[in-house]
Amino acid sequence: MTALTSVVRVGIADLNIVREPNTIRTSGLGSCVGVVLYDEKKKIAGLLHVMLPDSSLGKSDKLNMAKFADTGIYALMEALKAEGVRPLSLKAKIAGGAQMFQFGSSDTIRIGPRNVEAVKKELGRLSIPIVAEDTGGSSGRTIEFDPATSILNIRTVNAGTHEI
Amino acid sequence: MSTDNPITDMHLDVLKEIGNIGAAHAATSLSQLLGRKIDMHVPNVRLVSFDEMFEMAGGSEKIVAGIYLRIEGDLSGSMFFVLPIDNANHFIRRLIGDSSFDFSQNPLPEMGVSAMQELGNILSGSYLSALSDFTGLNIYPTVPSLSVDMVGAIVSFGLIEVSQYSDEVIVINTRLHEEDEDGSSSVDGHFFLLPDPPSYLTIFRSLGVL
Repeated sequence: MTALTSVVRVGIADLNIVREPNTIRTSGLGSCVGVVLYDEKKKIAGLLHVMLPDSSLGKSDKLNMAKFADTGIYALMEALKAEGVRPLSLKAKIAGGAQMFQFGSSDTIRIGPRNVEAVKKELGRLSIPIVAEDTGGSSGRTIEFDPATSILNIRTVNAGTHEI
Repeated sequence: MSTDNPITDMHLDVLKEIGNIGAAHAATSLSQLLGRKIDMHVPNVRLVSFDEMFEMAGGSEKIVAGIYLRIEGDLSGSMFFVLPIDNANHFIRRLIGDSSFDFSQNPLPEMGVSAMQELGNILSGSYLSALSDFTGLNIYPTVPSLSVDMVGAIVSFGLIEVSQYSDEVIVINTRLHEEDEDGSSSVDGHFFLLPDPPSYLTIFRSLGVL
């Protein structure tokens, strides 16, 4: 008999973790970046939906760590450590960072590419290797990660579905 | 004023009036363009989370034709006109007289994109000129841009400004609606006006509620 599996959903500026046989998913990534950190052997993964590149952009007293690339990746790594994952065994897959519109205010212009750069910089700082990525372009993405296979499924409106 | 400060019912009522006046003008423009009656629903003004904002537009993954523009001048913010894709198809087919037109095609047919952008121009122009008259504020819209994609991917772009201040957004949501004789709806679009948080104060002051 097959075990019932469920899909953990992650909202915008949000993060969560998942163990096999369940999967984890976030939908409608535009300029936002989905960051998956996973431990291949332990079959556990975390997903973060980053909205802004750096927490220094925050103009509020309350800090939502999952909103920013720098604080979000750190918070996701801490959440995985609390589940017994060693940071050295973590790998990353990332998707998103599209340029949905060709104009905006000075703060929003190039926000997608800036998010991708910030995510890569933070992963580099933490020595977490990026195994695969699907970033840039001008299409929205819905992504789902399966910790059992370490496969990230990416669905777009204009370019179909593929796996990395 | 940031969203950390209390926004009272009176403030929301003022914003509702803005949605009312703006969308009434837009509905009139759309009626003239189509030569048919367009209904406008009572605006809905709420302080919501970003995920709730996507739900208001049909859900993060729903595929829509979204027209986006920035507002600058005395007031800054983002504005969207969001149509479900079958509505957008229906509308453009009627406007350009080509029954085979389809926004699901890739790349998007140029004729339909221009027509859709023109729709965005007309509707947002009438919405915003009414808003400008009502508040006495100078408002300059950018040229509208069209994207056919998932709600989350489109609308999140307009939340980037707000997200630097808050995890919630004030949404002035107005629904335009048209029913065919057989009861099916052929146009069911939403206007979303998302003022940048520093502009909340400007709006309230211009209308004497601060």
